[in-house]
Amino acid sequence: MSDISKKSLTEIVKLIKKKEIKSEELTQSFIKNINNDKKLNSFITNCSENALKKAQNFDKSPKLETLLPGIPIAVKDLFCTKGVRTTAGSKMLENFIPSYESTITNNLWNEGAFLLGKLNCDEYAMGSSNETSYFGNVLNPIAENTVPGGSSGGSASALAADLTPTTIGTDTGGSIRQPASFTGTVGLKPTYGLCSRWGIVAFASSLDQAGPMTKTVQDCALMLEAMAGFDKKDSTSINKKKENYSKNLTENIKGLKIGIPKEYRVDGMPKEIDRLWENGKKILKDSGAEIIDISLSNTKYALPTYYIVAPAEASSNLARYDGVKYGFRSTKGNNLIEMYENTRSEGFGDEVKRRILIGTYVLSSGYYDAYYLKAQKVRQMIKNDFDQSFEKVDAILTPATPTSAFKIGEKKDDPISMYLNDIFTVPVNLAGIPAISIPAGVDNNNYPLGLQLIGKPLDEQKLLNIAYAVEKKINFKQSLNRWWENNV
Amino acid sequence: MSIDKDKIKHISKLARISVDEEKIDDLIKDLSSIFNFIEQLNELNTDKVEPLSSILNLPLRSRKDEINDGKIRDKILENSPQKNEEFFVVPKVIE
Amino acid sequence: MSKETKKYLVEGEKGQWEVVIGLEVHAQITSKSKLFSGSSTKFGAEPNTQVSLVDSAFPGMLPVINEFCIHQAIKTGLGLNAKINTYSVFDRKNYFYADLPQGYQISQYKNPIVGEGEIILDLPNGSKKIGIERLHLEQDAGKSIHDLDLSNTFVDLNRSGVALMEIVSKPDLRSPDEVNVYVKKLRSIMRYLGTCDGNMQEGSLRADVNVSVRKEGDTKLGTRCEIKNVNSIKFMQMAISYEAQRQVELLESGKKISQETRLFDTKKNETRSMRSKENAHDYRYFPDPDLLPLNIDKNLIEKIKKSLPELPDQKKERFINEYSLNSYEANILVSEKEISDYFEEVVKNSDKKLAKNWIMGDLFASLNEKNISISESPVTSNKMAQLIDTISSGVISGRTAKEVFEIMKETGDEPKKIIESKGLQQKSDPKELEKIIDKIILDNKDTVAQYKSGKDKLFGFFVGQAMKVSGGKANPQLVNEILKQKLK
Repeated sequence: MSDISKKSLTEIVKLIKKKEIKSEELTQSFIKNINNDKKLNSFITNCSENALKKAQNFDKSPKLETLLPGIPIAVKDLFCTKGVRTTAGSKMLENFIPSYESTITNNLWNEGAFLLGKLNCDEYAMGSSNETSYFGNVLNPIAENTVPGGSSGGSASALAADLTPTTIGTDTGGSIRQPASFTGTVGLKPTYGLCSRWGIVAFASSLDQAGPMTKTVQDCALMLEAMAGFDKKDSTSINKKKENYSKNLTENIKGLKIGIPKEYRVDGMPKEIDRLWENGKKILKDSGAEIIDISLSNTKYALPTYYIVAPAEASSNLARYDGVKYGFRSTKGNNLIEMYENTRSEGFGDEVKRRILIGTYVLSSGYYDAYYLKAQKVRQMIKNDFDQSFEKVDAILTPATPTSAFKIGEKKDDPISMYLNDIFTVPVNLAGIPAISIPAGVDNNNYPLGLQLIGKPLDEQKLLNIAYAVEKKINFKQSLNRWWENNV
Repeated sequence: MSIDKDKIKHISKLARISVDEEKIDDLIKDLSSIFNFIEQLNELNTDKVEPLSSILNLPLRSRKDEINDGKIRDKILENSPQKNEEFFVVPKVIE
Repeated sequence: MSKETKKYLVEGEKGQWEVVIGLEVHAQITSKSKLFSGSSTKFGAEPNTQVSLVDSAFPGMLPVINEFCIHQAIKTGLGLNAKINTYSVFDRKNYFYADLPQGYQISQYKNPIVGEGEIILDLPNGSKKIGIERLHLEQDAGKSIHDLDLSNTFVDLNRSGVALMEIVSKPDLRSPDEVNVYVKKLRSIMRYLGTCDGNMQEGSLRADVNVSVRKEGDTKLGTRCEIKNVNSIKFMQMAISYEAQRQVELLESGKKISQETRLFDTKKNETRSMRSKENAHDYRYFPDPDLLPLNIDKNLIEKIKKSLPELPDQKKERFINEYSLNSYEANILVSEKEISDYFEEVVKNSDKKLAKNWIMGDLFASLNEKNISISESPVTSNKMAQLIDTISSGVISGRTAKEVFEIMKETGDEPKKIIESKGLQQKSDPKELEKIIDKIILDNKDTVAQYKSGKDKLFGFFVGQAMKVSGGKANPQLVNEILKQKLK
């Protein structure tokens, strides 16, 4: 069997169901890749041993009617996994072992999959390059000194390097879609409320969404089907009938209307991105869709809005990390307040502390109206822009990122230049709508670039169909030389 | 908004994060540039706009008044950095 | 000093000062489980045994609201004649303390569930309306125990997340006496409704007391201080007296009152400022993004309104009319729902005048003696009604009934049984009494003659004799009648 770890999830599942491969053999091939990796640093916790046992158990009495039978899956270290260390990429939770399982991962295990490992990410999901993790930087398999994007950098890297057949991440401002674009993979942020947030370490509650990260759009549809569903433990979970996204996947998008927002053409955008965007438009036209120019007039205010709302919610969500109930506690400090201040100063990294301070500021007395309240108003305006556009179009096509993967350390000193990575992805989270990033081609350095498709709320099937049609025509192929397996 | 040492000290007190003296200048620089960036919102007139009250247009779901949780003291305490059989243990507050 | 019909004023050296008081009462809702989690709320459990992952704020935990608590808040609002807000919002109140695991309390800030209402107080010099500003729902915090260890504080989260109603009065109270009546009335209303058990020893009811002073005649409000967490009416009164005096002395010496939070020291009987640094509380309220706004259907409000039991004020009016009680008596009998229910059950089957006298007299005395409530008394309403009936129907005399009651209150036996077993029945057979009286008259011919010659007082002698011979059991009325007849 040619390297099974290179195959798509869909193909692997087919092979398992046809009994042409056993779960143990499958799992071994990924474990081999994980063990051979000397450089990527995409794993924080390696669960190979247990995964192998689970694979063997599966093979003893395989249940083949589930969606993900016998599939080992490594997940972003933001999902609480029962009995397995969950760190959120932070010193604060370095040794935290949850006694409970997140709803999303539980859904995957109920579909026959099991845990392969916990993947590195920016600390508390705050970052766009996986350079803020307490557990070190993650490298992008496409080139040795490049970032994989963030915050789900470990997930994207492991996926692109075949260390896991599929994975899941979380997306608050682009943390699934941007790394997908940087690594030549597919990443979907579902409609807010479609996937449960219970058991996911919270960053910004009104923006966070878990989503699949896969090699193909079809894989993405399959994963979403396994993940999505109503959860009564989450008050923001939508109660809707489950959909068979993978079964109903089709490339027939004739007659659909695709919007092209003029505000996404930013000054100084690399020519390659423009070229790929135009190519995307052409593909859609050739597939029978209609291209319509639209205007999302408040687009440029999305990023500043995000950098008020997200830190505000984070400052409150991260208040629970106080060294009392779990996690790191500083040994310095003679009284409760000193213990708090030292614990949080030592336990959190610089980016997290920066965002907590910003968030505390914008909610504080005298500033709430000018910042937080104002941002919520602009957020409403951005949502209105999308609502109005969706009266005319079925989906919107934009670039996923303003550049391809940059070098490690290149943007670390300037927070704003780092934040600008999310300029195309952030509006989507503010509006709570779904969006997917698919590889569109490469730039002059041969680094992948992604195209983003944005859909209407709960319209994931249509979104996946459009992505499927485009993906087929683009036929993106990535062949990496596995440099990370060299000791040098 | 002008960020100065006093503001940083006040806000870090509220956030219960101690800030080293040597790091304050860098913080001032970073936060100032971030606030400059987010203050772009002042360009917009939002007088007639209602703030987003919820991204979901759904009713708040409630649950029945049933006891179906708790009685898991061991689980609750097991992750604590300092505890005894019954309680979480923390340094005293000075009151 | 206060006199019942005079205004309560504090005598300063330079004049008389009026005290302005506002109360924020925290009332624990009678729900079985907590406001946002399914842990039990039962009093007195072993530490940390009524704590869930949500209550202790583990990573990824989310709140789901208890429907019963919403209903109790609406009920209480209706009982306060208040406006029920059909739109309300849950906000996070952010601050750090060891017994606040989330680092924020879920409360309601700008949009509470209940708006303005009122409570009518029955004061000695007439009735007075006290305005209610609002009522909102919020989580209680856990308990910090400081005195079990020298250098550490122990934290018990059993109470963390229990549902509270915070009832804020307008600053309409003017004396410790008024506060006493207000708290008792509020407590009584909630106990009638069953929304809070008002048990101050168990902490189900406590108050923050806001006190300010102003020169008598002034209409502007002075600077107020808040005395936090007072858990008995007596302490509230003492705290108010002390605080008012303290403020008057400060103002008269030319100083200003600093608006601050204070504690009432129950050992020294004085108020003390809380650590002033912590007074700079900036709670950074913002709507909780893990919850959605609460929209209440008008039909639900109507349904709850229709299900309300008769409230103290209405019951009092009815008692005055139906049972010919005066205001004082009615107040006492409606002060607790258990008492009014008891009274009405007794009165169903017995004479209302006797009922009120026996209940307010002998029964209440026995309750005080044994320090029990009316529902704990061995003298159930049935048995009380029976006892009264034996008096009205002449089976025993009023005096004998007191003997019977003494036994009933210890044993809980039925009066009829006691009367029979002890042979306490009155002798009411006219023939038997005639026989006894005839003999007495026969044996006391001289005294009869003296009586007939005008010594009316001697009538008592014959009555006494009849009682002696009958062993105290002769029916006094009949004895009187027969004697009168025979001594004509």
